[in-house]
Amino acid sequence: MGQLSRFWRESEHRYRLLGSKCGNCGTVYFPPREVCPTCHRDSIGKMKDIELSGDGVIESFTVVHEAPPRFSRQRPYILALIKTEEGPMLTGQIVDADPDEVEIGKKVHAVFRRMGEDGESGVIVYGYKFVLD
Amino acid sequence: MELSNDVYIIGAGETKFGELWDKSLRDLAVEAGLEAIKDANIYSKDLQMLYASNSLAGTINEQSNIAALAADFSGIAENHVPAVRVEASTASGGAAVREAYLAIKSGEYDVVMVGGVEKMTDIYGTEIIDVQSSILDREWESFNGATPAAMAAIAARRYMHDFNVEREAISMVAVNDHANASLNPDAQYRNKITVDQVLNSDPVAEPLNVFDCSPITDGASAIILASEGFVKKNRIDGVRILSSAMAEDYLALHSRKSIYTLESTKIATEEALKKAGIKREDVSFLELNDSYSIYGLLELEDMGFAEKGKAKDLVYDDIKLNGRLPVNPSGGLKAKGNPLGATGVSQFFEAYLQLKGKAGQRQVKDARYALLHNMAGTGATSVVHVVGE
Repeated sequence: MGQLSRFWRESEHRYRLLGSKCGNCGTVYFPPREVCPTCHRDSIGKMKDIELSGDGVIESFTVVHEAPPRFSRQRPYILALIKTEEGPMLTGQIVDADPDEVEIGKKVHAVFRRMGEDGESGVIVYGYKFVLD
Repeated sequence: MELSNDVYIIGAGETKFGELWDKSLRDLAVEAGLEAIKDANIYSKDLQMLYASNSLAGTINEQSNIAALAADFSGIAENHVPAVRVEASTASGGAAVREAYLAIKSGEYDVVMVGGVEKMTDIYGTEIIDVQSSILDREWESFNGATPAAMAAIAARRYMHDFNVEREAISMVAVNDHANASLNPDAQYRNKITVDQVLNSDPVAEPLNVFDCSPITDGASAIILASEGFVKKNRIDGVRILSSAMAEDYLALHSRKSIYTLESTKIATEEALKKAGIKREDVSFLELNDSYSIYGLLELEDMGFAEKGKAKDLVYDDIKLNGRLPVNPSGGLKAKGNPLGATGVSQFFEAYLQLKGKAGQRQVKDARYALLHNMAGTGATSVVHVVGE
């Protein structure tokens, strides 16, 4: 199933970790939002783009053994929740690390990586993963 | 048509749960539906509305318009009974019963069927993991390799870390489910298991193993709901739905305030108990949405039966069938099985049997009130009902 339009739409958020900041209360969100869940209508039209630094801390993680077909060649892979320096938490893989080295509270930073491709001869999709500092 | 104050379950039916290779989506839906109609001692022409609960048939079976399919093959197309599918991911069953409950409460209908069905073995191999992962935030969770098991595991690791909870306590939820399922002829797995077996089973997403995870299940459940007026007029001894509550939370786990607090479950439970006018100590048993063993503990805590981090004190003895607070007399999602759209409806099937004293070997002693908890994803949606006398 081709999904090119979806990947294209999100590329700048995935390439540059582009989130949004509420112009009313200052809270930063990633992935980006059109409306602030705290300020509601007061935030409409005031949500500004903000680029995250890519620095963060491991909130929790797992080593995935049973995976969908698209990830079968990566098994086992480390998936984590990363609390970013700017506040929002996001879901991403930790790569170039042995599972034994990964711990809650360790610092990580984002790297630009290949995420997969749109079918066997389709467009390659890129995005963020994380490595240990 | 008068405004109905109370809503009753007057009949229930279900198929066996399991890998039912020789049965199709429509076979299962019809089997459960007809059993419920027979049990309620009504005719299919008596039905005024059908709510069909299903989560993933559009993808797994490439069949949408499930409500029309179920109505047609139940033989009621000729009667032109309205039918609609209710989809709230893995909480579809609870949400469908809630819609039926509200429809009767409003006075619009007197007799309504809720049928839940899922046929999950129509695709094979790891494809099903990808389809199941669509219940998460596809673009910001599953895209990065998240699966439902992985997100449950992430919650489990942080929970164990923060509250010093041992891995064994988490296993006990699965052990309890299997013990109860051994007494349920409809259950997918009727073998008892030990803590060691859970700890030594293959890893799925560390620290969770395959025995921590609900299986891939085919199955269907159906119940017939009726208004107070219909029940009185026909002198039916039904089981009353005392209250219904539902709440949402952020879809993605990473957006929540806490990764091991099910805020939607907290809110829905509080509201359901308040509306029913009962206290936690009045609850005879719980049916919990323990799709992954860790959720059994989190749910006990967020439903207010233990403080955060303390459910480990309940899972060794209290939750047993003859314990202080029996959990999942049916066998739960782990052992009875988890046919997504049918799961929430099957909790009502169990409650109906238990409260009528017809649950056989797994009968909870003096069962008066059941608290039923159906949840979607990692806690994005929770539906809680109180069923009782």
